[in-house]
Amino acid sequence: MPSFDNILNAFILLSNFVLLPALTYGAQLALGALAVTLVYSILRFANFSQANNMAFGTAMAILLTGFFQSQGWTISGFPTALLVIPLAIVITIICLLLTDRWVYRYYRINNAKSITVVMVSIGVMFIMGGLVQLIMGPEQQIFADGARFIWTAREFKTFSGLSEGLALKTSQLTTILLALLAVGLVFYFLQKTKVGKAMRAFSDNEDLALLSGINPDKVVFTTWLLVATLTTIAGVLFGLDKGFSPLQYHLLLLPVFAAVIVGGIGSPLGAIVGAFVISFSEMLLTYAYKKFFIYLLPTSLEPDSLLQLIGTEYKYAVSFVILIIVLLIKPTGIFKGKVL
Amino acid sequence: MTYLTGKNLFAAYGAVPILRGCSVGVNRGELAVIVGPNGAGKSSVMKALLGLLPSKGEVLLNGKDISALSTQQRISLGLAFVPQNNNVFPTMSVVENLEIGAFLRHDDYQTTLDEVYTLFPILFEKRRQLAGQLSGGQRQQVAFGRAMMTQPTVLLLDEPTAGVSPIVIDEIFANILALKEANKAVLMVEQNAQQALSIADKGFVLVAGKNAHTGTGKALLSDDKVRRDFLGG
Amino acid sequence: MNNLAHIWQSHRQAISILVMVFLLAFVGINQSWVLALSIFNLCLISAIMALGVNIQWGYAGLFNIGIMGFAALGGLSVVLISAPAVPVAVSAGGMNMLFALFLLLLSIVLSVYLSKHKYNKGWVVLSLVAGYFAMRYFYIDAAQAIEAVNPSKTGYLGGLGLPVPLAWLAGGLLAAGAAWLIGKITLGLRSDYLAIASFGIAEIVLYIIKNEDWIARGVKNVTGLPRPVPLEIDLQQSPWFEEMVLWFNQSSLSLLTEAEKTKALSILLSEYSVVFVKLCYSSLFLAILVALIIMANLAFDSPWGRKVRAIRDNEIAASAMGKNVKRQHLQIFVIGSAIVGIAGALLVTYTGQFTPNSYQSLRFTFLIWVMVIVGGSGNNFGSVIGAFFIWFFWVESTPMGLWLAETVQNFAGTDNGVSAFLQDRAHFFRYIFMGLIMLLVLRFAPGGILPEKDKKL
Ligand SMILES: Nc1ncnc2c1ncn2[C@@H]1O[C@H](COP(=O)(O)OP(=O)(O)OP(=O)(O)O)[C@@H](O)[C@H]1O
Ligand SMILES: [Mg+2]
Repeated sequence: MPSFDNILNAFILLSNFVLLPALTYGAQLALGALAVTLVYSILRFANFSQANNMAFGTAMAILLTGFFQSQGWTISGFPTALLVIPLAIVITIICLLLTDRWVYRYYRINNAKSITVVMVSIGVMFIMGGLVQLIMGPEQQIFADGARFIWTAREFKTFSGLSEGLALKTSQLTTILLALLAVGLVFYFLQKTKVGKAMRAFSDNEDLALLSGINPDKVVFTTWLLVATLTTIAGVLFGLDKGFSPLQYHLLLLPVFAAVIVGGIGSPLGAIVGAFVISFSEMLLTYAYKKFFIYLLPTSLEPDSLLQLIGTEYKYAVSFVILIIVLLIKPTGIFKGKVL
Repeated sequence: MTYLTGKNLFAAYGAVPILRGCSVGVNRGELAVIVGPNGAGKSSVMKALLGLLPSKGEVLLNGKDISALSTQQRISLGLAFVPQNNNVFPTMSVVENLEIGAFLRHDDYQTTLDEVYTLFPILFEKRRQLAGQLSGGQRQQVAFGRAMMTQPTVLLLDEPTAGVSPIVIDEIFANILALKEANKAVLMVEQNAQQALSIADKGFVLVAGKNAHTGTGKALLSDDKVRRDFLGG
Repeated sequence: MNNLAHIWQSHRQAISILVMVFLLAFVGINQSWVLALSIFNLCLISAIMALGVNIQWGYAGLFNIGIMGFAALGGLSVVLISAPAVPVAVSAGGMNMLFALFLLLLSIVLSVYLSKHKYNKGWVVLSLVAGYFAMRYFYIDAAQAIEAVNPSKTGYLGGLGLPVPLAWLAGGLLAAGAAWLIGKITLGLRSDYLAIASFGIAEIVLYIIKNEDWIARGVKNVTGLPRPVPLEIDLQQSPWFEEMVLWFNQSSLSLLTEAEKTKALSILLSEYSVVFVKLCYSSLFLAILVALIIMANLAFDSPWGRKVRAIRDNEIAASAMGKNVKRQHLQIFVIGSAIVGIAGALLVTYTGQFTPNSYQSLRFTFLIWVMVIVGGSGNNFGSVIGAFFIWFFWVESTPMGLWLAETVQNFAGTDNGVSAFLQDRAHFFRYIFMGLIMLLVLRFAPGGILPEKDKKL
């Protein structure tokens, strides 16, 4: 029987390397997945350019961060990126509204088949990808400034007297707080406000919404507003946490869509739950449990291999496999989305 | 010239013509009924009047041509519609469904809401439940209630009694007559032609997208040809 | 004006070919014939890929955005089939690796069997998990052993050393297998599921290829793959080739002195050998492309093709008539992906190297889609035309971009950052440009250059 301290250490270890990062990553995915869900249920197409839109929003935030830093408009200890987020959101909103005006609206008005619109969104995805690489270049960029940690692992150790430390990064705390706020506001908006209810009505039954006098243009406009906001926040938080590189964002498409489908396509709550299913599976399956078990097992049983289920390089494969499993077992997802 | 008029309406789904020059109309304080065999285009006429189905021909409201207006604009002019199918918002609660009906209103709609609840007490009981979980008849009541919430001057009803129990049918008919008394124009599609025509001021018998017969409800009921062909003897 | 439009309407095909020939000749004369031929060859390979995608999209409305993955699988099979074996590595870890893969396969077969026979889902999962761990047990050591064998030169198992054409076939089969797997799972569900699953499988195929060095050296690349055509060096040394070059240049060479002549000849020889090799590839690829198009068109006109069209034009009615839509779509998805796989194998054979880092979805998947859309979705020959034009502009857009950047530079004075920035990033303009072309065609000419006859869009 391991000592109480060792159990605590094992738990702290897991929290530091798996639970907290998974919570953070899940929150970032959830915002992206929520954006996909909104577009899906109101504009009625799977928006393949979501991940690259996130890259665009982040790119704007990075440029603004650079500008603010050069002007000295910073608050010490506070990530400048968070200061500029409102501006980045505004730019992204404009960008998405223009895309809608120039691209998607035509297909909406002409009642195009949804697969045609998906194709169009792939065209947009590549233009966005090209645009972001053109502006930012293909390399990885770190744009987080301010204090890196709320408290470090060492501070935690001296404070608690344990041999394992639980560090809390600024990016983790901001992600969790900001995501909670954003999701909370979106749900409040959809459930309680008149415009939010109109959006839900439009998503439920478009004809009947029109028959109730709901203005479809307003609904579409508001949807893009929300989507751009969620998209930018998701992108910036992901970038603060892991750095920005266009390709990495492009690849986020897979976990974001996996989250949406696992949760049940079209269900906002499902998107959030799905995001955490994906993030926790990814982290839990790619973590090497050796040290964890050293704490818990007697010395005689000490493991000699890494005890890693899947190599870290395959973390994107995890979302794919979960996606496939869900499609095999329950194609409607956890919260019964639309299958056909 | 009636208050709401559809004249010479033509419409098609793809290449298949559905409406071929039919005309309907209803005045305020009047109940007009459209009857006809399945697939005659009854629902399509209503959709054409509301701009949900692109159509050729004239749609006049109070003498003004509204055929270029969007659905939402026509609603704001006082039209309301209870569709035949998919007539509720399934993932929203009953009360939210009714509130959406009052979307364009800026006054206090609580009195109208109370009226709907008095008319359909079951809706008050189930007001927190999702409309998608209600029975067909209950949904019909929600749909009717939602239309009343808009406080329309013209009410278009597509088979408002389908799937509703006989007691509630009587209530709905009574309410329709009350609406008519309140100087609203009511245009209704009914399967139950006999009963509908007997209370209607005006009737249109639609066959294959065209008016086969037009006249007062009484006249149609007593017309031998109409009786033989459409009312089953 | 009306007349011109009329001529275009009635001779779309001929005019497109003419323009293409003209463009290639322009490059040949103004830049170089070697460049013109390389553009032509890659056009042909792209055309084959586009053909595969067009079959999926045009025949069945299937949306494949994992083209890159299927092409990579095709390329991989060239390494696996035609590269020489590495005996030391095979004896170091080959058996264990084989056994590991066998265990994995066994557990998959077992779990499929269990789920088919309605056993408890727990057993299915257990069999998979157990199989995975058993596989990993053997796999880790085997991979290490294999990768340790002369890592700077080999470090992988090598291939079977079989003739190259077999590798193309295998490329098709490998891609078909992957397509079958995701098609089986996602077809019959929402149409976007196939798209996202194909995107996913493509990324994962590449992760595996890049990370599992024992398969094909990962990002260390495999170079010097065998080719089905003679080497330039061999040509330069063979007498018949020299004679041919002499014969072609009789008049110009006869004017030179002996010393000048040998020098000029050696230059000519190296130029001609490159062109000759490229021409060999051209005829090979052209033959394959033509054969595939003929087969595709024959199939489309056969009873099978009639069924395909019936389903495409009205899925609901066709499935009501008892035609199995899902099975049909699976067939088409597999066939189309196999063609993409073959094209991927041809590409690797042509370049003689397998470089996983060169597979980028922007470059592969997207470009092929633009080709299909621009050429005319649903029309096989259209996608060939689309492939030619898009590839041509893709290749030539770099010189054009640089030219633009230079113009800016000249206009704005010597050095002002902007032009340097533009030169540095010029190639990213291509994506935006291509994306715009795709959106514009989708919107204003959804039929593309050669629209398919009698198809509603
Ligand atoms: N969305 C649609 N697409 C294609 N055809 C349609 C569509 N809706 C209706 N139709 C066709 O139009 C014709 C008229 O339909 P409509 O619903 O107006 O008939 P109806 O008189 O209301 O019939 P019912 O008594 O069954 O309600 C029918 O033949 C129907 O098949
Ligand atoms: Mg009807």
